[in-house]
Amino acid sequence: MTTESNNSVQFTPDRLAKAQEIIARYPEGKQKSALLPLLHLLQEQEGWTSTEGMDYIARMLNIQPIEVYEVATFYTMYHIKPVGKHVIEYCRTGPCCLMGGEEVYAHLKQRLGIDTGQTTVDGRFTLKEVECLAACGMGPVFQIREKYYMNLTNERVDEIIDELSK
Amino acid sequence: MATKILTEHINVPGIETFDVYRKQGGYTAVEKAFKTMTPEEVVEEVKKSGVRGRGGAGFPMGMKWSFLAKPEGVPRYLVCNADESEPGTFKDHYLMKTIPHLLIEGMIISSYALGANKSFIYVRGELMYVIHILEKAIAEAKAKGFLGKNILGTGYDLELVVQPGGGAYICGEETALLESLEGKRGNPRNKPPFPAVKGLYQCPTVVNNVESIATTSWIVNHGGEAYAAIGIGRSTGTKLISASGHINKPGVYEIELGVPVEDFIYADEWCGGIRPGHKLKAVVAGGSSVPILPANLILNLANGEKRLMTYESLSDGGFQTGTMLGSGGFIVMDETSCIVRNTWNFARFYHHESCGQCSPCREGTGWMEKVLHRIEYGHGHRQDIDLLVDVAKKIEGNTICPLGDAAAWPVASAIRHFRDEFEWHITNPQEATQPGAVYRGEMALV
Repeated sequence: MTTESNNSVQFTPDRLAKAQEIIARYPEGKQKSALLPLLHLLQEQEGWTSTEGMDYIARMLNIQPIEVYEVATFYTMYHIKPVGKHVIEYCRTGPCCLMGGEEVYAHLKQRLGIDTGQTTVDGRFTLKEVECLAACGMGPVFQIREKYYMNLTNERVDEIIDELSK
Repeated sequence: MATKILTEHINVPGIETFDVYRKQGGYTAVEKAFKTMTPEEVVEEVKKSGVRGRGGAGFPMGMKWSFLAKPEGVPRYLVCNADESEPGTFKDHYLMKTIPHLLIEGMIISSYALGANKSFIYVRGELMYVIHILEKAIAEAKAKGFLGKNILGTGYDLELVVQPGGGAYICGEETALLESLEGKRGNPRNKPPFPAVKGLYQCPTVVNNVESIATTSWIVNHGGEAYAAIGIGRSTGTKLISASGHINKPGVYEIELGVPVEDFIYADEWCGGIRPGHKLKAVVAGGSSVPILPANLILNLANGEKRLMTYESLSDGGFQTGTMLGSGGFIVMDETSCIVRNTWNFARFYHHESCGQCSPCREGTGWMEKVLHRIEYGHGHRQDIDLLVDVAKKIEGNTICPLGDAAAWPVASAIRHFRDEFEWHITNPQEATQPGAVYRGEMALV
């Protein structure tokens, strides 16, 4: 069990209100259903999903920390290690690869000077490979937070990185 | 002019807003259902329509609804499966982001038919921007009295909740989705009990795909028989096809079921043909899990007749010469595509997405990925092809959920139809591992 003094991570007041709204939308006694949405909300705020954050959510939902850990590590969207400012989630699945996805990815890695799973020295970019993002007709595709970047080419990748490097 | 059931108004500017959607006749189906039909009558129309589950399984939706248990005093739930994650499939994404009220209206009608007072839309977490679009649409519908308490003065209450997933293909399997919705890992459940008896929170539950639910407004407005009059035989109505790969016009198309595959690929109305200067080599017609077919077999049945875009025609010939309509994720490959590399890619996907509960799937998908990787990278052994067939066979049918089958079929079918290409990789590793190298041996390109 975590200690009660471990309050280093908590929701901002507006997110706390949002969290309470989410918890209230499930039937009585089924508040654990709020787990995935709350983890998203916390990651949106903190940038990643720390153990302290997971413990905080466990207390909020009155469940054991392990119930949060096992979920956060099962789903791929939760970053359980610190990440850079922009996490590039690059689709590596078949349809995107048919459209040159692997070549563009090689260019992106070269441009950033990092490999999959790494973060640039300045902490600006983290590169992750993900599976199909349901945008196959517009491949190659990557996602940064909620935004989809589609029909990628080497030139387009350079533009996006330039823009985000400002 | 082909009937458009889902996409007729999709290009109307502002169609994502309540007012514009309403002006195009939106929410009249809710009014008709609530004022003139009992829930049983709505179920009856959906049954008559013959509409089949559009997520991939193709199970008749009305029949699924009729299985729902209705014990006294126990809540029932409708859960919309918007976890669209099958490689090659992006139709629900498109539908929800462009015309969200079509899904909301369908959810209201379907919830009414099933007697659910709280219904969920489970959207893959990567589509958080679509979740915001849906939540906005729900707030609009609620403000206009189509959601909430005592809808249209009928005494019927309904709340809609949009739930994000966390990034897991397996949650598209309905019992895994329910586990996830309960705040757990997405491990599929043993069936029985089926969700119709014990689903969400152990209560009777129906899980339907986005596209399936979205058809219900049209069915209520026009009647089940009018829907069944579209299409061929047991493939009634229209289907959204997500077209990707080496075609001139990738995108989402609504077709009347029964269009010849050849027309779908080559006509300007749809894919517009293979990209200039190239030829058709293979198609994965229904999302990554269905068997891949070479050009001649996707265009024609084994007896030479034209293959059609229907559940029956696409599966004609079984897995020897046929495939499946599946989710309608239509992936087209020209002669520059390496079947071995694509098969390895899909095998890696299924290995990555296996939940790990059943050992044939957990271990088998890993084996297939490893063996395919070594063939692709020039280290294959002669016996590897038979080993892959053997592993695929041992996964298929031996797992709790269909992910095992979904992982086995692409591998088994690629070897069935493109065995020479696998052998070429093994016997000519130096040539095969050159950048951009593709097998150019004897095969029928179109």
